[in-house]
Amino acid sequence: MQFIKPGTNIDFMGKRKIGFVFSLILILAGIVSLIIHNGPNYGIDFAGGTLVQVKFPQKVDVSDIRKGLDEIGLKDVSVQGFGEQEANEYLIRTSSDTDALGDQLSDTVSKGLKEATSLEPDIRRVEMVGPQVGKDLKKNALLAIFYSLLFITIYISGRFEQKWTIAGITAGALMAAVYFLSVFNLSMPVLIAAALIVSLVLFWYLQLQYAIGAIVALIHDVTITVGVFSLLNLDFSLQIIAALLTIIGYSLNDTIIVFDRIRENIKGNSDHTMVADLFNRSINETLSRTILTSLTTLVVLLALFLLGGEIIHNFAFAMIIGVVVGTYSSIFIASPLVFMAHRKK
Amino acid sequence: MKFFTIKRVLILGVIVAAVVCLLPTFTNTWPHKKINLGLDLQGGMHLILEVQSEEAVNAELDRTISQLKLDLKNEKIQHMGIDKASDHKIIAKISGADNKSGVEKLLSDEYAGLEIPSVKNISGGISFTLRLPDKESDSIKKMATEQALETIRNRIDEFGVSEPDIRIQSGNRILLQLPGISDPERAKGLIGKTAQLTFQLVDEQGDVNAALRGKPPVGDEILYQLRKNAGTGNQARTPFLIKKHVELDGSQLTNARVEFDQFQQPQVGIEFSRKGARTFERITGANINKRLAIVLDKNVYSAPNIQDRISGGKAVITGHFTLEEATDLAIALRAGSLPAPVKIIEERTVGPTLGADSVRTGLMSMLVGGALVVLFMVIYYRGAGLIADIALVVNIFLIGGGLAFFGATLTLPGIAGIILTIGMAVDANVIIFERIREELRAGRSPRAAVNAGYDRATLTVMDANVTTLIAAAVLFQFGTGPIKGFAVTLGLGIVASLFTALILSKSIYDMILANKQSDTLSI
Repeated sequence: MQFIKPGTNIDFMGKRKIGFVFSLILILAGIVSLIIHNGPNYGIDFAGGTLVQVKFPQKVDVSDIRKGLDEIGLKDVSVQGFGEQEANEYLIRTSSDTDALGDQLSDTVSKGLKEATSLEPDIRRVEMVGPQVGKDLKKNALLAIFYSLLFITIYISGRFEQKWTIAGITAGALMAAVYFLSVFNLSMPVLIAAALIVSLVLFWYLQLQYAIGAIVALIHDVTITVGVFSLLNLDFSLQIIAALLTIIGYSLNDTIIVFDRIRENIKGNSDHTMVADLFNRSINETLSRTILTSLTTLVVLLALFLLGGEIIHNFAFAMIIGVVVGTYSSIFIASPLVFMAHRKK
Repeated sequence: MKFFTIKRVLILGVIVAAVVCLLPTFTNTWPHKKINLGLDLQGGMHLILEVQSEEAVNAELDRTISQLKLDLKNEKIQHMGIDKASDHKIIAKISGADNKSGVEKLLSDEYAGLEIPSVKNISGGISFTLRLPDKESDSIKKMATEQALETIRNRIDEFGVSEPDIRIQSGNRILLQLPGISDPERAKGLIGKTAQLTFQLVDEQGDVNAALRGKPPVGDEILYQLRKNAGTGNQARTPFLIKKHVELDGSQLTNARVEFDQFQQPQVGIEFSRKGARTFERITGANINKRLAIVLDKNVYSAPNIQDRISGGKAVITGHFTLEEATDLAIALRAGSLPAPVKIIEERTVGPTLGADSVRTGLMSMLVGGALVVLFMVIYYRGAGLIADIALVVNIFLIGGGLAFFGATLTLPGIAGIILTIGMAVDANVIIFERIREELRAGRSPRAAVNAGYDRATLTVMDANVTTLIAAAVLFQFGTGPIKGFAVTLGLGIVASLFTALILSKSIYDMILANKQSDTLSI
C-alpha cells in the first residue's frame, strides 16, 4: 500500500510563489488578529488572576453562579461551561485581587455557590497566579522559544553546512545581546522579534542557507499557530508554550529529511544548472515519509484532542495545527528558501 | 547462526531492566522505585510562597536601633531621634557636638559591621548616617528564606501530609507540593501564619479613645482583639492600648498544645524554657494587678489581669477557639514563628476527583491513539509494520522504566508527551522503511535492501530526533511542574524510540532474514 507512487514528480520549486502567498496571508491574518486583540488571549499563567473549576450534580444557570460570586464580593468574573455539557462543569475566572478572601477562597466560593444554587458544588481545581509570577512565566516562555530556535539553528548549520563555529558564535552573540538588553526592561516580545530579525539578516550575510530555510519555516509555523489561537480567541497558557516548543523540534523532523536528501542528491550531481530539478526530485522522493510521519503523529494527537479531556484539549489543538503547518512548511517554505539562497551563490 | 549475539543480549538486557524498573509501580518489589504521579493526577496543592525577606532586614534594623539607643543611654549620650531610612539606612541625630568622638568610638567598637556613609553637623548636634552593607542584608534575606523553609517544613510534618515536597525554588521563593491533601485551605492558613507571639503590657494609664482619635502616646500602639460573634457570625474589634515594649516573645517557647478549660472550650497551653520561665516570673512579679496582653501576629488574643507572680513557666492562650483553630495555632507555635511574612504568589490545587478523571481520559486517549497507530502501520507496511509495532510496545516499556528509575513525576502533560511519543516513535521506522522500499525498487535483494536502508537512514533519523531533543531540553530548563513532566516524557520517548528503531527492529529483521532465503520482503 502506498500513498505516493514512485516516480511522482510535482514541481514544488516552480509553484513556490503560491506557497509563499498562501503562507503570507495566514501570517498576516494572525498578526492582524494579535494586534487587534493586543496579544493572545493570555490565561492566568501569564496574565495573573484566579481560576476555579467547579462541578455541580445537575444543570445550573450561569446567572445563579454569577449571583453567588457577587454575594461573596467577587466582581469582574467570567463564567463559562467546561467540557461536555452534561458534565455540569464550569470554569470561573477573575482577574481581580482575591487576597481579601485569603486562605478561604475555596470555602468561600463553595458556600456562595451553594447558597445561590441550593446544590453542593465540587471544587475540582483552583489556580491562582500572582502578577509577578505571571510576568516571570511570560518572560521565561519567550526566552525558551528564542533559545530553542537558536540552538536548533546551530545544529542545522553544523550538520548541513559544516559551519558549527560561525553559527555558534552568531547564536551566542544574539543570546548575550538579548540577555543584556532584557535587563533594561525592554518589552520582551519586541526584543525577541528584533533578535530574530537580526539573526535572519546575519544568517543571510554569513550564507547559512539551510539555517535560513529552517528558521524561517519554524517562525512561520509558530506565528501561524499563535495566530490561529488569537483568531479563535482560545486560552493561551503554559501548555501552549510547551506545544509551540514541541512543534519547533518536531517540525524540523520533516525539514531535515528533505535537507538530508538534497545533500545526498547534490553530492551525486555536479551539474549545478539542474538545481531546481534536483530540489524537486529530493522533495518528491521524501514526500511519502514526510506525509506518513506527520500522519502517525496526527492520529495520536486527534485521539488526545477528542478523548484526552478538557484540560489537555487546547494543547492537543495547538499540536495539531503545528504539525499540519509544519509539514506544509517543510515542503513549501524551507526547501524553496534554501533553493533561492543556493541560486544566489 | 548464534542466537545470542552481543547485540541481542544487550537488547534483552535493556528490556528486562525496563520491566524490572516498572514492576514496583504495580507491586511492592525490588528495587522499590515507582512512577510518581504529579499533583494534577493524584490531587493535591502546589504553592509558591514569597518570603517577604525585606521585612527580616527591617526587623534587623529595628533591633539595631533598639540596641543603639540602649548603648547611648548607658554611655549617657543624649540623642534627638534614631530612625530608619530608605536603602537600609539608619539616621542617628546626636545632641551636642562634643559627643562626636564618644559616638564614633561606640560605633567602631560595637557596630563595626555597619557602614557610615556620612557624618554632618546639624543644629543642636551631629547627624550620623549608618547603613547595613549589601552583603549583610543579602545574608539576612537568605537566612530568612532558609529559616522560613525549615519552619514551614516543621508545620507540614505536624499536619500529617505524606511525602510533601518543600524546597527553595529560587531567591526568596519557596515551592510547596502537598499531594493528596484533603483540606487545602486549612493547610494554607497554617503555612501562612507568621505566628509571632509576644507578651506586652496593657497601658492602663492612657486613654484608648483619645489614642483612637489622634496619635497613641509615645511607646504605645493600638492593637485589636478580634472576636467572632457565635450568633451573627460578625467579627467584633476591640481596641487595646498596648505598650510597644516586648516583655517576652515566642522564641522562649518549648511546647504548645491543645487543652480544654472547665467549660470544655479549646485553648492553647504553652510552656517556656528555663530562661523564659525566669523572665516570665520576673515580669509577672513586677506587674501584679496589671494586665498582660498575649499578642499573636499583632492581634490581641487575651489580656488577663496578673494576680500573682507566676513561676513554673506555663501560660494559657484563650480566645474562643474552635478545636481546629487551637490545633493549628499549637502546631504553628511549636514549629516556631516565621522570620518574615510569606505571601502566596501562586497556587494550583487539584481535587482528587479531577485528578482521577485526568488519569482516566489520559489512558483512554493513549490506548485509542496507540491502537490506531498500530493498526495503520500493519495495514500500510504489513510485516514491517508489525516489527515497528513491536518496537513501539517496547518503547512504552522503556519510557515507563525510565520514569520509575529516575524517580521522575508523571503529570497530565507528561501523559500527553507519552501519547505524542507513540506517534513520533514510529516515525523513525517510517523513515527506515521508506528507504528500504527505495532500495528494493533499485533492484537490491531483501537482505541488501534492509542493510542499506538502515545504514543510510540512521543519520537522517539521528538528525531528525536531535532537534526535538533540543526542544525538550529547553522545555525542561524553562518549564515549571507539569510542563517539566512533559519535557521528561518527550525526551525519554525520543531516546527510547531511537534505541528501538535503530537497534531493536534491525535485530528482529536480521533474525527473520537469517532464517530464510526469501525473494520478497513484507513491506
